[in-house]
Amino acid sequence: MEERNLICINCPMGCPLTVTLGDDGSVISVTGNTCPRGDAYGRKEVTNPTRIVTSSVPVSGAKSGMAMVSVKTASDIPKGKIFDVVSDIKKITVTAPVHIGDIVKANVAGTGIDMIATRDVE
Amino acid sequence: MEKVNIVIVGGGPAGLAAAAAAYDAGERSILILERDSMLGGILNQCIHNGFGLHTFKEELTGPEYAKRFEDQVEARGIACKLNTMVMDISPEKVVTAMNRTDGMFTIEAGAVVLAMGCRERSRGALNIPGYRPAGIYSAGTAQRLVNIEGFMPGREVVILGSGDIGLIMARRMTLEGAKVKVVAELMPYSGGLKRNIVQCLDDFGIPLKLSHTVVDIQGKDRVTGVTIAEVDSRNKPIPGTEEFYSCDTLLLSCGLLPENELSRQAGVALSPVTNGPVVNESLETSIPGVFAAGNVLHVHDLVDYVSEEAAAAGRNAAAYVRGDLVEDRSHEIPLEFAGGPRYTVPATLDPAKMGDAVTIRFRVGAVMKNRFVDLYLDDERVLHRRRQVMAPGEMEELVLKKSMFEKHGETSRITIRVEEA
Ligand SMILES: Cc1cc2nc3c(=O)[nH]c(=O)nc-3n(C[C@H](O)[C@H](O)[C@H](O)COP(=O)(O)OP(=O)(O)OC[C@H]3O[C@@H](n4cnc5c(N)ncnc54)[C@H](O)[C@@H]3O)c2cc1C
Ligand code: SF4
Repeated sequence: MEERNLICINCPMGCPLTVTLGDDGSVISVTGNTCPRGDAYGRKEVTNPTRIVTSSVPVSGAKSGMAMVSVKTASDIPKGKIFDVVSDIKKITVTAPVHIGDIVKANVAGTGIDMIATRDVE
Repeated sequence: MEKVNIVIVGGGPAGLAAAAAAYDAGERSILILERDSMLGGILNQCIHNGFGLHTFKEELTGPEYAKRFEDQVEARGIACKLNTMVMDISPEKVVTAMNRTDGMFTIEAGAVVLAMGCRERSRGALNIPGYRPAGIYSAGTAQRLVNIEGFMPGREVVILGSGDIGLIMARRMTLEGAKVKVVAELMPYSGGLKRNIVQCLDDFGIPLKLSHTVVDIQGKDRVTGVTIAEVDSRNKPIPGTEEFYSCDTLLLSCGLLPENELSRQAGVALSPVTNGPVVNESLETSIPGVFAAGNVLHVHDLVDYVSEEAAAAGRNAAAYVRGDLVEDRSHEIPLEFAGGPRYTVPATLDPAKMGDAVTIRFRVGAVMKNRFVDLYLDDERVLHRRRQVMAPGEMEELVLKKSMFEKHGETSRITIRVEEA
């Protein structure tokens, strides 16, 4: 048995959660939550925490002289892969024009998720 | 002199939403003046996600959120002048602005919407002793450098202040390879959103020291380290608690201040609490026909509410231009409050002018648990809402409906009371 203490981030209450894990890593209980969203958050955070990663990469040939284009993972990636994702896009430079949603790096860090642009640069 | 019915000062999310809403209310003579080379305001540098959850039910990044509103403005064919700095607004609503192509020019505005946003509190106000070496940045400046210019200000970082920009930058700089050693916060609670504490600090094991401040900055040419210490309940450093952190960069995230030089010059009455204009239910300032919305009015944490508020200001500006907004302001009732709120926006309300509903926004001065937020018309309680927790970092809102006034009848006092449950 293992206990993990978290803060639920789903509303300003910020309930302190205690998630109890069995020896096989499965969730036995979530306590401290005030509503069901806290229970779901506690379970996911402990078993499969995920995050959107955002960054910016250099862009060349922009008419506006913009130096950088902002990017994000198209959906959540496992939390443990954050640094892999960031280092995988370190060496990229994209060429203008770029549009919101354009893939900047497919299957970033082998996550199966694409890194996409979040702004237009003409 | 050129005449424009509605001049909007600032092309951030507030200005864009005000413009689109004024257009949708039937107004066609609208001009947005923006000093930057692009629309979108502060959102351009906020490349993290978490915008627009309320409005679009998805988590957008700042530039994506801004783009949705830029598209609305473009689709409506609303005129914008970029790289254009508004220099002055007269009480008669003559707007003086300047740019490279037109030089200095003036516009006679039928109505003005102030949407200039806010700026960061400067270090001068922080009162830190010692030299002024290089390597000290406001968190917002660092955000612009990293995200827009692609320049990393430093490698070893200490952050003073736990406002959202500081938290976001702690993560951003960590991902860019910097070592963020500590975030020190003067207050016993963080001014930032819970979600940012978890995802920007806890995720990376960055310690947050509450009730701590920077007492010394080392380094002559460049910062070489800072000393932080715990403070007592009167914010005085406690001797013996000093801790030294070596670093080459100190980021200051000590809060935002509405940018109201223009409003002040114009003679708009400002609130000493929010540093923004005092407005009535129509978001109209003390000068008839001059409206305000967004961070220039009071600092917001969620852009969704900025857009909502600004849309109301835009609609009211259109009504003013049409002559539909009653000019008589003698029936405005001041909103009173007790037990927690530090201010309310709007500050006054005229039930006859309010439309179907008015959203009242406020912030409390300290963390409070297990409260009721009650709204009284005279002695009748018309709203009774439970709040598990309220914090200075999270804006509160109440919706006051016209029907409440109709049911209550003649009203002479409106009071918001925060009471223990
Ligand atoms: C770092 C940071 C992180 C944030 N994170 C989040 C988040 O995660 N989620 C969320 O929902 N919200 C977030 N917010 C809040 C939200 O982004 C802001 O509240 C919102 O951008 C404010 O919009 P605004 O239009 O009032 O101001 P701004 O975006 O500041 O726009 C004001 C505009 O006015 C222009 N201007 C000013 N003076 C003049 C002048 N004299 N002449 C011409 N133009 C002028 C400026 O150039 C600027 O473009 C964050 C804010 C910051 C600063
Ligand atoms: S458990 Fe429910 S009430 Fe508590 S913080 Fe999470 S969402 Fe809010």
